Amino acid sequence: MTLTRRRVLALTAGAAALPVLQLLPGQAFASPEDVEKQISEFAGGKEPQTGKISLNTPEIAENGNTVPVSIEVDSAMTGDDMVESVMILADGNPLPSVATFHFTALSGTAAATTRMRLAKTQNVIALARMADGSVYMDKKEVKVTIGGCGG
Amino acid sequence: MGHTRRDFLQFAASSGAAFAAAGLLGNPARALAQQRLTQDDLLRFDAKGQVTLLHFTDVHAQLAPVYFRPPDTNIGVGDYAGIPPHLVGEEFLKAFGIERGSPLAYAHTFLDYVELARSYGRLGGLDRTATLVKAIRAERGDDHVLFLDGGDTWQGSYTSLKTNGQDMVDCMKLLKPDAMTGHWEFTFGTDRFHELVEEMGYPFLASNIFDAEWDEPAFEHTAMFEKGGVRVAVIGQAMPYTPIANPRWMFPEYSFGLRLEALQTNVDAAREAGAEVVVLLSHDGFDVDRKLATTISGIDVILTGHTHDAVPQAVQEGQTLILASGSHGKYLGRIDLEVSGGKVTGFSSNVIPIFSDVIEPDAEMAAKIEEVRAPYRDELARVLGRTETLLYRRGNFNGTWDDLICQGIMEERDTEIALSPGFRWGTTLLPGQDITVEDLYTETSMTYPQVYRMEMTGQQLKDILEDVCDNLFNPDPFLQQGGDMVRVGGMTYTCSVNETIGNRISDMTLAASGEPIDPARSYVVGGWASVNEGVEGPAIYDLMETYIGRKHTVSIPDERSVKVKVE
Repeated sequence: MTLTRRRVLALTAGAAALPVLQLLPGQAFASPEDVEKQISEFAGGKEPQTGKISLNTPEIAENGNTVPVSIEVDSAMTGDDMVESVMILADGNPLPSVATFHFTALSGTAAATTRMRLAKTQNVIALARMADGSVYMDKKEVKVTIGGCGG
Repeated sequence: MGHTRRDFLQFAASSGAAFAAAGLLGNPARALAQQRLTQDDLLRFDAKGQVTLLHFTDVHAQLAPVYFRPPDTNIGVGDYAGIPPHLVGEEFLKAFGIERGSPLAYAHTFLDYVELARSYGRLGGLDRTATLVKAIRAERGDDHVLFLDGGDTWQGSYTSLKTNGQDMVDCMKLLKPDAMTGHWEFTFGTDRFHELVEEMGYPFLASNIFDAEWDEPAFEHTAMFEKGGVRVAVIGQAMPYTPIANPRWMFPEYSFGLRLEALQTNVDAAREAGAEVVVLLSHDGFDVDRKLATTISGIDVILTGHTHDAVPQAVQEGQTLILASGSHGKYLGRIDLEVSGGKVTGFSSNVIPIFSDVIEPDAEMAAKIEEVRAPYRDELARVLGRTETLLYRRGNFNGTWDDLICQGIMEERDTEIALSPGFRWGTTLLPGQDITVEDLYTETSMTYPQVYRMEMTGQQLKDILEDVCDNLFNPDPFLQQGGDMVRVGGMTYTCSVNETIGNRISDMTLAASGEPIDPARSYVVGGWASVNEGVEGPAIYDLMETYIGRKHTVSIPDERSVKVKVE
């Protein structure tokens, strides 16, 4: 998916992004239970299904301090086929919550892009909650490297 | 070890390249070895179809012919173990039906390297490549041939550093490439990069370079050509991890990555626009492209570079042909395509070794090379010292050139440990050869040459080794960056290739004392080519000039500081 400048601007108008505070030095990393709990709360106890939502991340972060991430949900954005919100989690950060995007019918499409900090190599998880209560998930591992030696 | 007519014929049977016997050449010392090889033999090819693709990549600014010892260690992991390009020595010869001691054995393997180098001479030289390119264009007709430059063209020599890549652009222009992609080109900085691209007169293509701020495509990605009545789309793919492997502060405007969705979109768009053949001109590296061939649909040919692999013939992966044409100007890759009904229905391929003593230099290119080198002639030839032993770089873990560089760093900067990056560029010196300024810069020429000196704990050292090792041996090629392992001086270790990150490096030992490296202790470490901004220290080529000058005669035994475990 290519996000054009226009789409990004449109998106900032249509979706409210709630960025969450990033890690502080010496902070403990999130436990798998924390992440499970957040997923379960967002999903209202439902088991997330695969499909509909696609998460786009780099295979290897060019800069762990500002890693681009984008999501897109395949949705008509009307009636039951309507995305209410999308949550992004980073399961290896001290605070796994990265952002939650809320959408309305006026958003037109459910797509968003932001940048996040990744403390180390970890999974990025995106969840979409639909108006009918169903929840979809996509997950990608992003590698954070100290630096390599190019050929 | 005899070089018989049969050697050539044997290869001919397996490759479609017919090397036949021929007349004597001028050099009596090499006459025996070369009497069977002529320019015509090198050009002999089972021509096919309507389209010829010529692939030239990773020359690393080597205008003149070189010695380049192929690796003795080139390990593949997971699904990629034991298949090309991860074959060396005898295994390589067996896989491609090449006789030991033959010209092709010399071009492609480290076996009997010194002896064969003295017989067969240097490979490469852009004036020799020019002769072949012109001959193939004449044979096939200009309107049937695409000549494509895979990049890493501008960096790697004294003259390219002094002219900021101008020498390479001036010479390459004469070959009239149809397109280019790249990697190290960006280490001249964004402004200089664009200045040189403007001058080239042919497009720099990259499907995977995006504007870092807006995440929009930053370059032309596709060029369409009509060759032999066939519509051919060439899509460029630059080195995906350039901002990680090289200093991103030198080109902060750009973000790279594999960008698979963008690539699939561009392939589909090329097909929709009527392309009957889609070619990816790639600087991904071989295994990345092998996986890419099964991930992206609709690519007919990948001309792959970056990992400096030379595979004698195209490798088929799914519906895609992959041609890997080596490095340092040693080879010219050729693939002919027969196209009917909008599909590739036949092909013929060969990676032609450029035996510099056999091929008549092209006069126009020879004059241009002479012209760009003339201002530096005395300095290039200035002798710094002499080596009694083989100096080479290429290999997964170590080479004697980097052993020498690590020694130089430890002695000149008074460190306990030295690190030298696992670059795959850098050529070879035979025992007894002088070490000239030109030779030294062939190993060290770069725009971020500072030699740092700092304290690192044993744990930090291990973390670095683990990190770099995972960039090389992660079983998922999409996470491999394409260099070799960082070289170490002053210490030894064991590498368990098939382990996971954090578990590959063990038995780290300080060579001087034989004591284990203590994770908690600090060690004084020197190294070069840091990707960080603001690194202070002398340039590696200045430091090594002093060091080699002081030693005058160097002798580096081929000892292995790394114990390698492959399970």
